[in-house]
Amino acid sequence: MSATAPAPPGILGQRRLRREDPALLTGEARFVADLDVPGALHLAFVRSTLAHARISSVDVSAALAMPGVVAAFTGADLERDWAAPLPCAWPVTADMKAPRHLPLAVDKVCYMGDAVAVVVAESEYLARDAAEQVFVEYDPLPAVVGIDDALSDRVVIHEELGTNTSYTWELAPDATAVEAAFSSATHRVHGHYVQQRLIPAAIEPRGVVVVPQPFGGEFTVFSSTQIPHILKVMLALTSGIAETSIRVIAPSVGGGFGSKLNVYAEELATLVLAKRLRRPIRWIETRSEGTQATIQGRGQIQDIELAADAEGRVTAVRVKLLADMGAYLQLVTPGVPILGAFLYSGVYDVPAYSISCTSVFTNLTPTDAYRGAGRPEATYAIERAMDALARQVGVDPAEIRRRNYIKAEKFPYASAAGLVYDSGAYEAALDRALELAGYQELRAEQARRRESGDSVQLGIGLSSYMEMCGLAPSRVLASLNYSAGGWEAATVRLLPTGKVQVVTGTSPHGQGHETSWSMIAADRLGVSPDDVEVLHSDTAVAPYGLDTYGSRSLSVGGVAVAIATDRVIEKARKIVAHQLEVADEDLELAGGAFTVKGSPDRSMPLGAVAFEAFTAHDLPDGLEPNLEASCHFDPPNFTFPFGTHVAVVEVDLETGRVILRSYVAVDDCGNQVNPLIVEGQVHGGVAQGVAQALFEKASYDEQGTLLTSTLLDYLVPAASELPSFVTASTVTPSPTNLLGVKGVGEAGTIGSAPAVINAVCDALARQGIHDIEMPATPERVWRALKEVAAR
Amino acid sequence: MIPASFEYTRASSVGEAVRMLAAGGEDAKVLAGGHSLLPLMKLRMATPSLLVDVGRVRELSYVRDAGDSLAVGALTRHFDLSRDELVARHAPLLAAVAGQIGDPQVRHRGTIGGSIAHGDPASDLPAACLALGASFVAVGPSGERRIAAADFFTGFLETALAPGELLVEIVVPKATGAGWSFQKFNRRAQDWAIVGCAVVRDGSTRVALVNMGASPLRSPGAEQALAAGASVAEAAERACDGLEPPSDLNASAEYRRHLASVLVTRALAEAGGAPGQEASP
Ligand SMILES: Cc1cc2nc3c(=O)[nH]c(=O)nc-3n(C[C@H](O)[C@H](O)[C@H](O)COP(=O)(O)OP(=O)(O)OC[C@H]3O[C@@H](n4cnc5c(N)ncnc54)[C@H](O)[C@@H]3O)c2cc1C
Repeated sequence: MSATAPAPPGILGQRRLRREDPALLTGEARFVADLDVPGALHLAFVRSTLAHARISSVDVSAALAMPGVVAAFTGADLERDWAAPLPCAWPVTADMKAPRHLPLAVDKVCYMGDAVAVVVAESEYLARDAAEQVFVEYDPLPAVVGIDDALSDRVVIHEELGTNTSYTWELAPDATAVEAAFSSATHRVHGHYVQQRLIPAAIEPRGVVVVPQPFGGEFTVFSSTQIPHILKVMLALTSGIAETSIRVIAPSVGGGFGSKLNVYAEELATLVLAKRLRRPIRWIETRSEGTQATIQGRGQIQDIELAADAEGRVTAVRVKLLADMGAYLQLVTPGVPILGAFLYSGVYDVPAYSISCTSVFTNLTPTDAYRGAGRPEATYAIERAMDALARQVGVDPAEIRRRNYIKAEKFPYASAAGLVYDSGAYEAALDRALELAGYQELRAEQARRRESGDSVQLGIGLSSYMEMCGLAPSRVLASLNYSAGGWEAATVRLLPTGKVQVVTGTSPHGQGHETSWSMIAADRLGVSPDDVEVLHSDTAVAPYGLDTYGSRSLSVGGVAVAIATDRVIEKARKIVAHQLEVADEDLELAGGAFTVKGSPDRSMPLGAVAFEAFTAHDLPDGLEPNLEASCHFDPPNFTFPFGTHVAVVEVDLETGRVILRSYVAVDDCGNQVNPLIVEGQVHGGVAQGVAQALFEKASYDEQGTLLTSTLLDYLVPAASELPSFVTASTVTPSPTNLLGVKGVGEAGTIGSAPAVINAVCDALARQGIHDIEMPATPERVWRALKEVAAR
Repeated sequence: MIPASFEYTRASSVGEAVRMLAAGGEDAKVLAGGHSLLPLMKLRMATPSLLVDVGRVRELSYVRDAGDSLAVGALTRHFDLSRDELVARHAPLLAAVAGQIGDPQVRHRGTIGGSIAHGDPASDLPAACLALGASFVAVGPSGERRIAAADFFTGFLETALAPGELLVEIVVPKATGAGWSFQKFNRRAQDWAIVGCAVVRDGSTRVALVNMGASPLRSPGAEQALAAGASVAEAAERACDGLEPPSDLNASAEYRRHLASVLVTRALAEAGGAPGQEASP
C-alpha cells in the first residue's frame, strides 16, 4: 500500500467550500430553539441538588397554583406513563448489571441533576420560576464519587443489584503467551493513568420540541440529536406510541461530539407529556443544566504494562481498566471502554495481548461516548507508555516508535487482539510530522535551554495513533453484544429535470455531509455538485438510517451513496442503450452524458434520460419508470485511520504554566473527498484533545456536587489558547470500500492528548518529572516541581 | 438560568439616576455595562427589585485632563480607556489593564465605574486604581463626596458607596513617566486573573494585587519591605504577609501565594528602578 497514492481524479479531492456554511454564518440556520410552534407549552425539570438521596416528598402544589402553570408532575405521577425504562443498547456481557432508569426518579436520586419533577407552563420563564416552587424533601445518603470507592461497595447505589460493579469484560486470546512474554522480558514498563471526566459542551445545548396531532394521533419530535433514526425506534419502545406515529427531525444541530448520541430522559418525557396534555411542548436545555443532565466523557483509570526485549521491541501488552459509568447506563455507556479495548497495542507489532475492564456505578452524571469514545483513552495509555519505554531503553521517542511500528508490507495486519487492520504506512506519517515540526532543531533548542538553565523549558511530544472507525460490520457488532447493526442506507434519484436527489441515513451536525455527499454523487454522475441536493435527518424523508457517530458517516454512509449512485447509472444506461439501439457496454458516461463509444455525436445527457424515465413513454420492456436506487451498505470491516502528531510546549518552571507553542498533525484517513473538511475536522479534534490535556475536567466535591457547572469554571479553551495548527496528510486508501476512505471525525482528539502530555513530561524530564495527570494545570505542574525539589 | 423578575427604568442624567435610586429604595441597583450584575442575577445570586440603567448617561463617558490628574467618567467603557491618548500618556497602566479585561464584548460593554463599584477582588481595574493612588467621586441625595481608593474597598463585593449613591468619576493622579507593570496570570485570555499584580513606581512604590483576598488590595508586606530598602526578591517574599487569598478550582491559597510572589518579582523588574530612585518609563 503506497502512502502517496493520488486522490482519484475529478471532483473528489477538491477543496470545495461547505454549502452548509452560508446559512450557519448568517444565522439563517434553524436550530430546535429557533422553531416557533404556535401554542407550545414550555417544560422545566426540577433536578436533584444532591448526588445520592432518598426522596421523602415532592410537593408541586405551589407551582401548580401559579397563574400560567398548566401542569406539574412528580416522578411517581408519571411512573406508569413510561412503557419501558430508558434504553441501554450495549449489554457488553451476558451478566452485566443494569439499573432501571426512568426519566423521572421515583424513590431516590442517584446523581446531582437527576430529574424529580416537571413543570409545564405557558412561557419558559414561568416554567423555570415555577420549577423553583416545587419543594422536594430528601433523606441524604453518602455519595459514591470515585471508582475505588464504588468498587469497595461501601455504599451500594442500586440496592437491587447488590453491587456497584456493572460488569467485568475480558479479552485474552492467548494468556500464556502474555505471561511468557513478561517473564522473558528485558524491559517492563508500567503506566498508571487517569482519564478525567469531561463535559462535552457542544455549542448548541440540547433541546426537544414535540408537536402532537391531538386527533390524528401522530407526533413530530424535533430534537437536537445525532441519531434521529435510533431515537425514533427507542421512543416508540419506551413511550408505547407506535413507530408509525412518530416522526423524528433533527434540524440544524450545533455539535454533538457523542453527547447527542443518546436517548435522553428529556426526549421521552417531552413526548409523553405532549401525548398526555395534547399540546405541543418545548424544552431547551440551559448550559448549567447541560453540565449535569447531558452525558459526560472519559472517566477511566488505566493500568498498562509493556514487556519488551533488549532493543525495546514490545513483546506483550497487558491492560487493566476501571471505568466509571456514572449513576445509570445510557445508550452505549458500557460499550465505550470496549471500543478502545482492542487498541491498547496502538500502531505497534505486538504479538501478545490481554485486557480486562471492570465498570462501576457512581453517584455522578452517566458517562457515554465522547469524541473518540474509548480510543483516545487507549491511545493515551500506549503512547504515554511508549515514551516511558523509550526512556528506559535509552532511545529517542521517535526511535522507539520506529522499532515497533507494524511495517507497511504487513497489511492487512491481524492484531493479537483479533482485529484486521485494513491498511497503513505508519513510518511515512512519522517522517512527515518530524520534518514539518523541525524535530532536530527543536531538540537542539531544548538542549540549549536545558544547558542554560532557562526558567522556561521546551518539551517535544510525539503520538502515533491509529483508530478503529467506520462503525461497523453488523456481525462484528453482534459478537460484541451490541443490540443494533452498523449498516448505512442511501437512496439516489434523478429527478425529472435532471437534478439529483440524495437521501442519506447519516445525520450531520457539523460534519458537512451535504457538501461531501453531493461531491460523491456528482463525481460519479459527472454533474456539478450544485445540482445535487442532499436530504437527511428526518425519518419521514429518510426512513432508513443508523445516524452519525464513530467516524462512520463517510466510510459507511458515503459509500452507500456511491453504490446507490452507481445503481442509478446502471438503470439509466439501459434506457439510453434502448433508445440509441446499442448494447449497454457500448455506452460511456462522462461529463454528465452517455456517449456511444467511438461515435461522439451519438449521446444523451443525463437530464434527458431522467425525463425519459419520468415520462416512461419509451422504456425497455420490463423496466420500471423513474431513476431511483437504494443501497443498504454493511461494511465488511472497520477502517483504521492513523497518523503522527507532534506537540511542542513551553513550561514556565516558576509558575508551572504550560503554553502549547506549536502543533503538527499528520493524519492519514485514506482518500479525501474534501481536504478542507478533513482539515476542519482535524483542527477541532486537536483542540478538543488539547483541552483534555491542559484545561478541562468535570470537578466534583466529596458529596458528588458538580463544581464546574458553568463555562466560567469549566475551562473550554478558545482560539487564543491555541497555536495555528500545522496539518498535513499522507494517503493510504482503505481496501475495504470502493471510495478508499477511512474517516477523520475523531482522529484529532485521539492523537492530541498524549502528544501534549508527552511534551509536558519531556520538558520536565530534566527535573525528574515523568508523569503529570490531566489536565496539566499550572498548579499541578508547580506541585510536581515542588515535590521533586523537596526530595 | 434566568433572572428573577425585576422592574427596569432608564436614567438620562446623573440627577435623574440619583432620584430614581432614592425612589427605588434599598433593593434598587444601578445597571451600567451589566457584565458583573447580570451574570449574578441570572444565577439568582442578586435579586434587585429595580434596575436603574445609567448606560445612556452620555455625560458620564469621558477622559479629561484635570491638571495634575486625569478625570475619567464612570461610564467610560474598558475599550475606550484602552485606546485613550491621555490615558496612554499619563496613566499607561490603566490603559494596559483595561485592554486585557475579558474579551472584546466585555470590553465594549463593561465600564470602569461598574468595575470599581462592584468591588470584586478578582477585577483588574480596582487594583490599577489602588496602584495609581486614584480616588472616586460619588453623588448621592445629600450631594457629592470624594473617597480615596485606599479607603474604598471594604470587603467582599462591598465598598464605601452608600446605597443610593452613584459613582460618577475616577480621579487618577498623573503618573507620567513613572515605572509601571501589570502582570495578569490566567488560564484563558478571556478569563479573570487567578492572581494579578499592578505596580507603580514614582519615588515610592505601590503594589496592588488581584484576587489575593476578600477585596481588591495592596500588599503592605511588599510595599513596606521596599520602603525599607529591601531587594526585589525580599519584597516578593513578603508580598503575601497578612493576606488571606482564596482557594478555588483555579488555585489553592498556597499556589496563589506562590504566584503572587512570582508576579510581584516580575512586575517590579518590569517597572524598573530601585525605590527612591528616578523610575524608568
Ligand atoms: C466573560 C467576562 C469576563 C470578564 N473578565 C474580566 C477581567 O478579566 N477583568 C476584570 O476586571 N473584569 C472582568 N469582567 C467584568 C467586567 O469588567 C465588568 O464589566 C465590570 O466588572 C463591571 O462593569 P459593568 O459596567 O458591567 O457593571 P454592572 O455589571 O452594570 O454593575 C456592577 C455593579 O456595580 C454597580 N454599579 C455600576 N455602575 C455604577 C455606578 N456608576 N455607581 C454605582 N454603582 C454602580 C451595579 O449596581 C452593580 O452592583 C468580566 C466580565 C465578563 C462577563
